[in-house]
Amino acid sequence: MSIAGELGIVYALLGAAVAVLFAGAGSAIGVGIAGQAAAGVVTEDPSKFAKVLIIQLLPGTQGLYGLLVGFITLSKIGILGGGVADISVSTGLLILAACLPIGIVGLLSGIAQGKTAASSIGIVAKKPEQFGKAMLFPAMVETYAILALLISFLAVNGIQV
Amino acid sequence: MSNTKYTYAVARIRALEGALFSDAVIEQLLACRTAEQGLQFVMEKGWGDMSTDADMDAVLKREEEKAWEVIRDTAPDMSVFDVLSYPKLYHNLKAAVKEVCTETKNPGIFYDDCAVSGKEMLQIVENREFSRLPGNMGRVAEEALDTLLHTRDGQLCDILIDKAALTAIYEAGKRSGEKIIEYYADTTVAIADIKIAVRFQKTGKSADFMRSAMAECDSLNVEQLIRAALAGADEIAQYLEGTSYAGGADALRESPSAFERWCDNRMTETLKSQKYETFSVGPLLGYLIARENEIKTVRIILTGKQNGFSDNAIRERIREMYV
Repeated sequence: MSIAGELGIVYALLGAAVAVLFAGAGSAIGVGIAGQAAAGVVTEDPSKFAKVLIIQLLPGTQGLYGLLVGFITLSKIGILGGGVADISVSTGLLILAACLPIGIVGLLSGIAQGKTAASSIGIVAKKPEQFGKAMLFPAMVETYAILALLISFLAVNGIQV
Repeated sequence: MSNTKYTYAVARIRALEGALFSDAVIEQLLACRTAEQGLQFVMEKGWGDMSTDADMDAVLKREEEKAWEVIRDTAPDMSVFDVLSYPKLYHNLKAAVKEVCTETKNPGIFYDDCAVSGKEMLQIVENREFSRLPGNMGRVAEEALDTLLHTRDGQLCDILIDKAALTAIYEAGKRSGEKIIEYYADTTVAIADIKIAVRFQKTGKSADFMRSAMAECDSLNVEQLIRAALAGADEIAQYLEGTSYAGGADALRESPSAFERWCDNRMTETLKSQKYETFSVGPLLGYLIARENEIKTVRIILTGKQNGFSDNAIRERIREMYV
């Protein structure tokens, strides 16, 4: 394999790493923020544990989306199948670019969703009967993570290796 | 992620806000026939604890302690609450200076839930170990003690310490870096200045005397307030009409207690917006002030009933609730 060929696989792997790493970090931060709020509510009212746990988990999906794109990328370049494909630099860069949407949007939306989830946990703390409405606010942020997942998924699938 | 450091604390406060008394609960309390029934009513709502029995003062004191316990337990940085603890701290200083000068012992006059407890403060003042006091307080303590020892003028000593307390509150507000705390500190100092102006206008004090008692703040011009106080009570109200305390001018014309009520209601109204904050210290301050307000209102109602005041007379004095 030529040096240029090796760089191609490096770029492709970097793409998978970006998808998993950034989206996962976004989710970790988001779930962490919401978790702090959930812990605050449960300290005073343990009966709300189930409700606040569900809201706390909402920012966790970005990490799963990143993982999904990461898997598809690894499968595409043959690392999961056992036989590593011969990938040119341009194809490697294309794969990296395809992974960027879920990486970047996953990071930012995970943090934003965590903050919204923390605020929604405040609703549940004061008005537990409004749980359904409280769920909707962080769920709105999810839309943009799904859009990014869709583009990354289509783009990675569309690249010919 | 420093802007999320209050997330846990705010969520905990949200869960506690549900237990705050609403206007409807205050109406129920007002409907109680006697102070004993009223006390029983608040105790059924969870006020006091096993140690307080059915003693009104003990129940209300325990509630104050509970509010501070929650804040101490949740707040990541207690220094932003200096604006609220300084009045107690400076009260302890004032009490200690007077005890040392008069050589009397009244242990019940101290607050123990602040940075320097009564016992410690008394030791510091007795042994003149002023360097143990925080910030500028040591210098003020020394000056107040010497003033009282040399002049035996209790009012002068009070003025020295009260002004130092107001200045410390104002500076703590600035230091906190939190807008709502800064606003609270500035308003506290301004309202204290207005009350000083009203009191000294009635007793005919000089401009210099007023100047020595009033502390600088952003929302009022102390010199203009002094000039207004020298001109008369109506001039103070007129001056306030041109400031952010315009609403208080009518209350001031009505009575000092109406003005105090207006001040508390204004603060509650401003802090109500903090109920929708998630990542700032505001909800903690809002909760603390709301609890103080609630305890004050319950005290007014219960003592009003004890002294046979009519419901209307009590109603005039009760504050708006935070929730």
